[in-house]
Amino acid sequence: MDSGASSPDILVDISDLHFHRGGRPIFRGVDVRIPKGTVTAIMGPSGTGKTTLLRLIGGQLRPHRGVVRFAGQDVHALGHGALYRLRRSMGMLFQTGALFTHLSVFENVAFPLREHTQLPEPLLRDLVLMKLEAVGLRGARDMMPGELSGGMGRRVALARAIALDPDMIMYDEPFTGQDPISMGALVKLIRTLNDALGLTSVIVSHDVAETARIADLIYVISDGRVVDSGTPQALMESKSEWVRQFMHGLPDGPVPFHYPGPELVSDLLERR
Amino acid sequence: MLGLLARLGATTISSFQRLGRGTFFLARVLTGLHSLLPRPGLVIAQVYSIGVLSLVIIVVSGIFVGAVLALQGYNTLVNFGAEDALGVLVALSLLRELGPVVTALLFAGRAGSALTAEIGLMKTTEQLSGMEMMAVDPLRRVIAPRLLAGFVSMPLLAAMFSFLGIMGAYVVGVGALGLDGGAYWSQMQDAVDFRDDVMNGVIKSLVFGFVASWIAVFEGYDCVPTSEGVSSATTRTVVHTSLAVLGLDFVLTAVMFG
Ligand SMILES: Nc1ncnc2c1ncn2[C@@H]1O[C@H](COP(=O)(O)OP(=O)(O)O)[C@@H](O)[C@H]1O
Ligand SMILES: [Mg+2]
Repeated sequence: MDSGASSPDILVDISDLHFHRGGRPIFRGVDVRIPKGTVTAIMGPSGTGKTTLLRLIGGQLRPHRGVVRFAGQDVHALGHGALYRLRRSMGMLFQTGALFTHLSVFENVAFPLREHTQLPEPLLRDLVLMKLEAVGLRGARDMMPGELSGGMGRRVALARAIALDPDMIMYDEPFTGQDPISMGALVKLIRTLNDALGLTSVIVSHDVAETARIADLIYVISDGRVVDSGTPQALMESKSEWVRQFMHGLPDGPVPFHYPGPELVSDLLERR
Repeated sequence: MLGLLARLGATTISSFQRLGRGTFFLARVLTGLHSLLPRPGLVIAQVYSIGVLSLVIIVVSGIFVGAVLALQGYNTLVNFGAEDALGVLVALSLLRELGPVVTALLFAGRAGSALTAEIGLMKTTEQLSGMEMMAVDPLRRVIAPRLLAGFVSMPLLAAMFSFLGIMGAYVVGVGALGLDGGAYWSQMQDAVDFRDDVMNGVIKSLVFGFVASWIAVFEGYDCVPTSEGVSSATTRTVVHTSLAVLGLDFVLTAVMFG
């Protein structure tokens, strides 16, 4: 164990992260540093373990080797109480939204406030309506999650994630399922929230165009390692052919479209 | 043959693993139980929902089981001229055995399966994960109140079942078969012992309530987060609870009345 003296303007410091699932390696020595106040994107093809990485940062999964530090604290060395206290300063937007289906939009956003504070009802109401206003869904406060579209649900989840005014928000594939208009609004929202509230944002995505528009810093992950990192412009002109292919979304190149498997012909001819 | 042996071994190992996970899970829930002290409302809401879920079936089954006991009991007792003892027969059967056992079986089918499905779906839709990331421990916020509520509800439901059974038998025995109402109650009063019969029945239903709720919340929490996972977890809740209740009933009966 090192002394944990990471630079004070690094909020999340991941070093030498190893993680595997049932013997299959997901991460094989990943180093990621997320500076305070930035929008940092973590990109990579589907199935590279982006969601897994967020769960490792949040302490829901435990690395097999390596250290994850949040604000200087080793996330996986904390006890139950300390970990839960730490999580109050993290917000996470799940890929599916993860809204409570038995609660209305309003109550979903109110949930963390009710759990962690003793705010009087009028104040709580104002706070919730302000958070909903920020995501443009104040008018949907009485709807149930089942009545929302996927994109709307994600925005409600965002309002809920910022309810406790965290220091950091993690967005898991925030752009999936947004129509062009709400997409534009969302991109702006993420940036605005980040700058106005002094947050640090981590975006996990395979959506290159949208992510490149707002990220200050991008890490590209593939095959269990960080392949390249830098500003969006720098990555567009990366030395690595792989990264250029990924960033420009070209169908042909070193990245195969097919998941590894036997030749199609031999699969088709195989008789059981 | 070898394949059969291997399958048997695999099943045994996975059963023990499940038992281990279940025990560890229970320990974690119980150590967080104190967090419910300042928030009794969470438990009361669950007692209400579990109670309401099970009330109709408990009421209807209680009345009918009591009525059938009266018909069957009367036919046998009348041969010995002992039909006045019908009240005793019905009360002892219900308080000692049928009340706790049948209630637990009905509970597994009605409330236990619903608990498993609810928690399993919360897991599948990442609501439990989401809660964790909002710094709310689902074991304390979701699981513990449901476990406690099941434990509290079962004796109440069993008492309700036995009471309605005795009333149902009264209606059939006294109302339809023409027994003497005074004898029905007085013989019952003489023969039923509070500690031996009533309390032992309550202890049984406390044990069943604990086991049934534990299985239900564990299966939900431990399920594979897919539609098939939730469905097979729900089935397992009903099957395992029924077997556990019947097995435990035998053991408890042997200890209490053997
Ligand atoms: N609960 C799980 N059990 C086993 N393997 C999993 C589980 N969740 C994810 N995986 C595997 O881990 C890999 C990374 O998953 P994930 O982090 O969801 O990828 P991404 O978010 O980048 O698309 C995937 O190949 C997936 O098959
Ligand atoms: Mg993902």
